[in-house]
Amino acid sequence: MADPVTLTIDGQSLQAMPGTLVIDAAKRAGINIPSFCYYEGLSLQAACRMCLVEVEKMPKLQASCTLTVAEGMVVRTESPQVAAARKQMLEFLLTNHPLDCPVCDKGGECELQDMVFRYGAGESRYTEIKHHVDEKQWSPVVFYDAPRCILCYRCVRVCDEGLGVKALGVTHRGAYSEITPNFGDHLNCDECGACIDICPVGALTSGIYRYQTRPWEMDHVGTVCGHCADGCKTTLSVRDNEIVRGNNRDQSGINGDFLCVKGRYAFDFISHPERLQSPLIRKNGALVEASWSEAIKRVGQRLNEIRTAGGKIGVVGSNQTTNEENYYLQKFAREGLGTPHIDHQRTGDVASLLDALSGSAAGLATAEDVYESDAVLIIGADLSQQHPFLAWQVRANWRHHQAAVYTVTPGPVREDKVAISKLRYSDGDPWPRLHELAADLKTRKRLVVIFGDVIKGAAVGQLVEFGASLGIPVQYICLVDYANSRGAIDMGLHPELSPGYEPAPEKGMSMDQMLAAPDLAALWVVGADPLGGAALPPGTFLLVQDLFLTDTARRAEVVLPSASLYEKPGTVTNGTGQVQRLKKALGVMGAKTDLEIFALIGRATGINVGPAQHERIFEEIRARVRGYNVPLPVIATGGAAATAAVNGRVNVEARPDLIRSFGDTLFTSGSLGRYSKTLASVLESPGQLYQSK
Amino acid sequence: MEPLLHPEPHPAETVLLSKRFRLPNSRSIDTFLANGGFQSFRKALAMTPDQIVDELKASNLRGRGGAGFPVGMKWGFVPRTGAKPRYIVVNADESEPGTCKDRVIMQYDPHRLIEGCLIAARVIDSRRGWIYIRGEYRYLIDLMDQALEEAYAKGWLGKNIQGTGFDFDLSTHSGAGAYECGEESALLESLEGKRGNPRIKPPFPATSGAFQCPTILNNVESYAAVPDIIEMGGAAYAALGVAKAGGTKLTCLTGHVNRPGVYELTLGFPVRKMLEEVGGGIRNGRKMKAFIPGGSSCPVLTGEEAWEATMDYDAMAKLKTMLGSGGVVIIDDTTDMVKLALRIMRFYKHESCGWCIPCREGTLWLTKLLTRLDEGAANAHDIDMVGELAENMLGRTFCALGDAAALPTISIVKKFRHEFEAKIASSSVSMTGAGLVRIHS
Amino acid sequence: MTFSPQLEARLSKLVQNYPPGRLKGALIPMLMYCQDEVGAVTRELTEEVASRCGVSTLEVDEVVGFYTMLRSQPMGKTHLQICTNISCMLWGGEELWNHACHKLGIGHNQVSEDGSISLEEVECIGACSWAPAIQTNYDFHHHVTVERLDQIIDGLRKKQ
Repeated sequence: MADPVTLTIDGQSLQAMPGTLVIDAAKRAGINIPSFCYYEGLSLQAACRMCLVEVEKMPKLQASCTLTVAEGMVVRTESPQVAAARKQMLEFLLTNHPLDCPVCDKGGECELQDMVFRYGAGESRYTEIKHHVDEKQWSPVVFYDAPRCILCYRCVRVCDEGLGVKALGVTHRGAYSEITPNFGDHLNCDECGACIDICPVGALTSGIYRYQTRPWEMDHVGTVCGHCADGCKTTLSVRDNEIVRGNNRDQSGINGDFLCVKGRYAFDFISHPERLQSPLIRKNGALVEASWSEAIKRVGQRLNEIRTAGGKIGVVGSNQTTNEENYYLQKFAREGLGTPHIDHQRTGDVASLLDALSGSAAGLATAEDVYESDAVLIIGADLSQQHPFLAWQVRANWRHHQAAVYTVTPGPVREDKVAISKLRYSDGDPWPRLHELAADLKTRKRLVVIFGDVIKGAAVGQLVEFGASLGIPVQYICLVDYANSRGAIDMGLHPELSPGYEPAPEKGMSMDQMLAAPDLAALWVVGADPLGGAALPPGTFLLVQDLFLTDTARRAEVVLPSASLYEKPGTVTNGTGQVQRLKKALGVMGAKTDLEIFALIGRATGINVGPAQHERIFEEIRARVRGYNVPLPVIATGGAAATAAVNGRVNVEARPDLIRSFGDTLFTSGSLGRYSKTLASVLESPGQLYQSK
Repeated sequence: MEPLLHPEPHPAETVLLSKRFRLPNSRSIDTFLANGGFQSFRKALAMTPDQIVDELKASNLRGRGGAGFPVGMKWGFVPRTGAKPRYIVVNADESEPGTCKDRVIMQYDPHRLIEGCLIAARVIDSRRGWIYIRGEYRYLIDLMDQALEEAYAKGWLGKNIQGTGFDFDLSTHSGAGAYECGEESALLESLEGKRGNPRIKPPFPATSGAFQCPTILNNVESYAAVPDIIEMGGAAYAALGVAKAGGTKLTCLTGHVNRPGVYELTLGFPVRKMLEEVGGGIRNGRKMKAFIPGGSSCPVLTGEEAWEATMDYDAMAKLKTMLGSGGVVIIDDTTDMVKLALRIMRFYKHESCGWCIPCREGTLWLTKLLTRLDEGAANAHDIDMVGELAENMLGRTFCALGDAAALPTISIVKKFRHEFEAKIASSSVSMTGAGLVRIHS
Repeated sequence: MTFSPQLEARLSKLVQNYPPGRLKGALIPMLMYCQDEVGAVTRELTEEVASRCGVSTLEVDEVVGFYTMLRSQPMGKTHLQICTNISCMLWGGEELWNHACHKLGIGHNQVSEDGSISLEEVECIGACSWAPAIQTNYDFHHHVTVERLDQIIDGLRKKQ
């Protein structure tokens, strides 16, 4: 590696590697050179000319976003000449920009406003008439106001380079240049809104947020997205106990600049009119509203009758409740109700993977590894549709490090665009294709393997053997579906496993067995909809906790309205095994968190398995669950703490038939997606023609 | 097809590049071959690439597109081997106002250009080239296509050229109306099917040009000059011109002279002789008020400054202007300089690609401001502001188009300020603060 | 879309001129040649050219918006382009422009009612030494006077 060069920026002597951009070197020294078009991680533009700096021995001001450091270089970033140039640049920029900040949606969080404030181009000599074009709506969620656009091309780049969609371009030229959507007058895209987030001014605005409020009138709650298992941080902005906006304002999450349509807009299921806000109990064959005390009393009575009679009780947990709730639920079931029959809808074969990795040098990968590994192998997954953040990481790795990407999928996927090898398989059998790749994979330094539910049961072990045969370090990601699918199995919502993949004291029935058991006396379903068209034996007591009246809830004897992940504290574990803290954004009247409900049921049944407080349960998890002794400061500050690999045999019966992914796409999210008006609106928009394939 | 030449060359011309222009049927490959065509290429095949580059360096040939970068040096920068293919690109996007010389070459001696490309290809072992011709010159694209077809048919292009084992493919590529594509990196973007925005430099085309491969990119006239240099030797070519600028240059006399036209003049040709003898004097016996040496991007000289100058890079640099592309514009004393400044700015506003802020917004603002000044709806502050805004663009734009817009403007305001003042004084419109504005889109 | 055999022949030659995998290079010339036959870069043509060059329609839109000679709306049968840039201006280009506007009753980038003639004030067309100059479609006319312009326009009208 080359030796670093020494240069001086604003009197500070510093070292940087050759090739480093002056703007980056300055940033590392704590000197912020302003810019609009320069954006870390995206391609260089040198278009806005705001980052001009004075460099000794160079006659003209230089754009620090494209100038690389050199030995002995002397840079001044805030000399009078530089400040004057910036002020003049802003004067140019403001000529055709509307000066109506008080009515602009970006007011208060606008980079142009901040820049004008900093460089004092508050007065304009421009007295001509401004060039005006009308605002356009490109989709239910994206509006574009060309006069406000400063043409920094961030939106164009994030869509093309970041998302791999390239739904935005530039049309016309000169002062009449405008950003244009891919279908002439409308967008046909992921509707992820990354373009809105990245827009430094009020040119791109969000259809659901615009003109609702001012940024300073909201509380900004950084929490974890409640949809897929990627575990992105989303900032929910709340005013008067209502979420007005979701975005990526925080950018401190594992997802960096990324957020998809669900993380940004699909919080609105919370206020869907069909949201349950009162318990329901069955009276004369019909579900009717009841008070919490009446409903809980019924639950207590029925459960205690069944316990006394020695009836079989089944418990089905959730992919979308917190670790604390999952832990408490299994404890309640096993120690309180004394039933071994506990499970959840398994969406990926994590247990088999951990078992296969036992004693192996290979390990689990995180999203960061997907960005850093020099090779990534994707098996049987449409990442852009189902795990859009991992897909973003794959593309970023390809862009920044020229990673070798391999896709082995049944059909075309967006990742093909960055793949050096794209192979298709049929009959659900990727193996012939994988063997074709072996020789090439062996030439790589390091590999991350991402696999969907096509690899399950014994095949997971084969995959790990295949990885070991390559002779290079290999890490794995077993894809699972929802925000806490991973936490569900980690916390022992499994008939054969206790928390931390310890053998359960007594083997219970799987979810499918429970549903088929003729003698099941009670089924307690928490945040799941397992029943579908099936029916339970007559007389089975069905208790459901959910946000909505799901198909399962419709058949219940008691339905208890529960709170979503956005309405509770606690922790969740993403698909790659990182634990993150949830923050409560708001409360919904009538609904209670599942943990609160467990406590109420405990009181009504006389069962006490410990205090139902999330902090105390988390302490217990940290102390007792293998791999979960994660550092508290990381969690407390909103970071993501990776759980440690279990590294011991996980003895479970291989039941690939029980592993079933829900097959959600970008615009669906199990039962929650159905209740998001925004997701529905982008599907019904002209954009629905868009196919990732 | 309109004729572009006077029947006879002017006696003061040095007929070298234009030596076949007036031959009957000069476009045909037969005429070309019968009059020394491809002999320089044959000679070049016997030379090493270094020898060719050395001759070019010795010739003091400077890029004829406007920037005047030494051609030999440019060709010397391009790697001659490597995994990546190397390309030849001809800039025939002639769009600089005042310039109409490449048209003459392509209309009268297209094979000369092909020969220049072959020699360039020989230097860097290139197998493929493109002639990027502005879309407005469609008839020349068609003529050039015919010439290429002839060259292929006679074995001067394609595989195993004349049995030498040398392969080279060359084709035309049509532009579609964008001055900015005359800027070399914007041209390359356009060649790749994109908007004509310039690229960040470095890398320069020598290392990353067409399709991100090493590329020689020169103006039509630069390539066209090469066969003569190979034929006569670099030193002899250099001797035709002045120090640091060798040979001859096609010079377009335009504007207020009695005999406008394209003439082949040696570098360092005296302006007085050029105007009085070659151009036949100022039209209608008027006085020359202003002089643009090489296209609208150059700072404007006053008549007095220009008369005793010579047409070469250093002499023009001493006058704080540029030799540019060879598009000489002569402006007599009947001309309204405010209108001229406005017309120039309107052009740059129309052609600004919009990529960077100062050029995009500056050219529009200046157009509006100059429109107001032209109509007299302005005050003295507005005159200052024209200069200030142009200065604020100067040297800060992404590519040279911003400078091209700023430089003539600054010079006109500085040298002809009295005309702006007179316009305001004679105007019936009074300007107090903001007001009366006409938008000129 | 079906094109004339001549155009198809030109296009099939054109696409061979670009390196493997870089067919997008053919985009701009292809649009120019096709526009001449179709009259404008219509939606249909956009889609056709996009598929032939292996690019998205957005990439075509970006290019059509940038280059002044590419148009999404058809111009007149004869497109009259009058240069008023400096060299032509010094020889009366603006007078020619004003004359044409008044005579035809249309302005910049407008088409006469019968669709026969359209008018455009163009930037330098490279005829500076033969100013003032105009183009009818791709044909140059040099040293144009008002009388000559009248003849040209009248001739075009007669052809109708």
